[in-house]
Amino acid sequence: MLAKKESPRKEIAATKTLKKIMANHFYDLDEAARTGSKKIAWCTSVGPAELLRGMGFLVYFPENHGAMLGATRMATELIPHANAIGYSPDICSYLTSDIGSYLAKKTPLTKAYNIKSVPRPDVLVFNTNQCRDVQDWFSWYGREFGVPVIGVHTHRDIGQIRDYQIKDIAKQIEDLVPPLEEVSGQKFDMDRFREAVELSRQCSVLWRTCLETAAAIPSPWTFFDHTIHMGPAVVARGTKEAVDYYELLLEELNQRIESGIAAVEGEKYRLYWEGMPIWGKLRPLSELFISLKTCIVASTYCNSWIFDQLDPEEPFESMARAYTELFIVRDEAYKEQYIKNCHEFFKFHGIIFHDAKTCPNNSNNRYGMPERLSKKMGIPTLTINGDLNDLRCYSEEQAKTNVEAFIEQLEEN
Amino acid sequence: MAEEVFAGVDVGASRTKVALLNKDKEVLGCAVRKSGTDFARTSELALGEALEMAGVRKEDITFSVATGYGRKNVIYADDTRTEIGCHAKGAFHFFPMAITVIDIGGQDNKIIKLDERGRRLSFKMNRKCAAGTGAFLEEMAMRLDIPLEEMEGLARQAVETVELGSFCTVFSATEVLEKIRQGKKVPDIVKGLFLSVIKRVLEMDSLTERVVMTGGVVEYNPYLVVMMRERTGLEIMVPERPQLTGAIGAALYGMEEVAEAAAA
Repeated sequence: MLAKKESPRKEIAATKTLKKIMANHFYDLDEAARTGSKKIAWCTSVGPAELLRGMGFLVYFPENHGAMLGATRMATELIPHANAIGYSPDICSYLTSDIGSYLAKKTPLTKAYNIKSVPRPDVLVFNTNQCRDVQDWFSWYGREFGVPVIGVHTHRDIGQIRDYQIKDIAKQIEDLVPPLEEVSGQKFDMDRFREAVELSRQCSVLWRTCLETAAAIPSPWTFFDHTIHMGPAVVARGTKEAVDYYELLLEELNQRIESGIAAVEGEKYRLYWEGMPIWGKLRPLSELFISLKTCIVASTYCNSWIFDQLDPEEPFESMARAYTELFIVRDEAYKEQYIKNCHEFFKFHGIIFHDAKTCPNNSNNRYGMPERLSKKMGIPTLTINGDLNDLRCYSEEQAKTNVEAFIEQLEEN
Repeated sequence: MAEEVFAGVDVGASRTKVALLNKDKEVLGCAVRKSGTDFARTSELALGEALEMAGVRKEDITFSVATGYGRKNVIYADDTRTEIGCHAKGAFHFFPMAITVIDIGGQDNKIIKLDERGRRLSFKMNRKCAAGTGAFLEEMAMRLDIPLEEMEGLARQAVETVELGSFCTVFSATEVLEKIRQGKKVPDIVKGLFLSVIKRVLEMDSLTERVVMTGGVVEYNPYLVVMMRERTGLEIMVPERPQLTGAIGAALYGMEEVAEAAAA
């Protein structure tokens, strides 16, 4: 019998609870879809989830399904199905793998939870703060299922945030209420909405605190852990389960710090990850960095679900603020300052930019930022070419050599 | 006591190079072989050749460092380093000053910037595509039905340069066939292909005042260096055996490791 190769990664005990939360999330959706017991809204990952929960919808996030398609390495095989019906291989590979998954009638939910298909939506709600692709993506399903597609159109390239921008987004979110009432058949209840906003705020504050534990030297967890444990912040924000989960996780992380437990044994170097994860390569990349005694301590991506501006006293305005202050919609100057602030807080030695072929909005290396930041911050940067889901765009050997050479460079200087 | 010998083995995607250095950093022996598919065997054979040339026995090697795409397949290596590190180390050995190293290899290109102490400031590798690498020239030689080794001579005979527009190797091949149909001369097309390599390299990064070119493509096609000089107006330096730069760098790393261990 072949001996099972032991992974050098240190499992987080809370993962057991995390798995239960994720499983229940999908079981609830599946049941509602099969029985019609509750209305289902599909929502973009940084869409108005609080409003949907406050209006009694069960919320499903196709981007989360996209990430699962990537992590299970099903995406590369499914993307061509969407390409064949006119969706270019150059656009978002979450979109193409998700639509491909629907066309091929294959979903990772089957193997993970014995669920046959994604839950049929009653309404699709987007926020273009991630990109225009989310609207195109939801529009495809809107036509397929014959259900309404509504959403929020974000402002972009924002420097200083102006009142008119907040008012506009708040009004756009408020304008979603009548069509959602029509779909749900229920009157909007302000108290329920406020409750969802408050729970989402608590979840955000705890998620931020969890991420900030990585400032400890050595760090108790890594970016690769963050990408897994962010699940509840994405799919369950606005619920009590998510809040309870991050309290549990935080306790474990603090315990690790107290006991001096390092996620990367003998941590020598600390890095920042800018851009999307390469979902299908999380494990080999995580093990590569461990072998190089390098911990990726923070990332823009996992910080993107921090919405502590949320305020139940001003639910629409505070949601507008939370979704407008987001990194992805800001101008270059803001983004650079943001990463500089992270550098001061997390004390990393270098930055890895992931140039994701199909995700321009999350590939911040394309307008000279690595060069500018390297000069301003006096630390080296490395750009890796790849993609979030389409592994045809990723050369493992080249990426590995680049990472190894980058660590050699840190060692020698 | 036998002289200390340090081996550097650079297993590239196209060629495997071995350099044996004594402690005065002189090359005692070297070898270049096609890498093929069995990297372990090729690196053994290449080492054997280099040992024979140096008149040294394998057991007399003090330390071996492997580098390149197949570095993990070199069974006898004591350590491995990336080709980026080794090309930097090798280039700085020959030109100890602040330099930009351009390595044009069989399947990838690198641009590495070093400060006056030889410390790496930054590096870039070509993206997934092999345009502008040795593989591009090999493919084009095949399409033009000319031996690879004749390209250098043909480029030097060019009267004008036939510029090619495409990034893509496959589309470039179509473009080359189109130029032939238009009656363009082969030497002019070959010079255009060389220019294409240079353009791909210059797109990767900015250059500093002093540039060192390394790698097999430059060793067999030194006219590329002439063209790079003309194109950039910069001083371009080339080691005597540019193809061995990575292997020499690897051997130098080995020498440092032994010295560090002795000092510890």
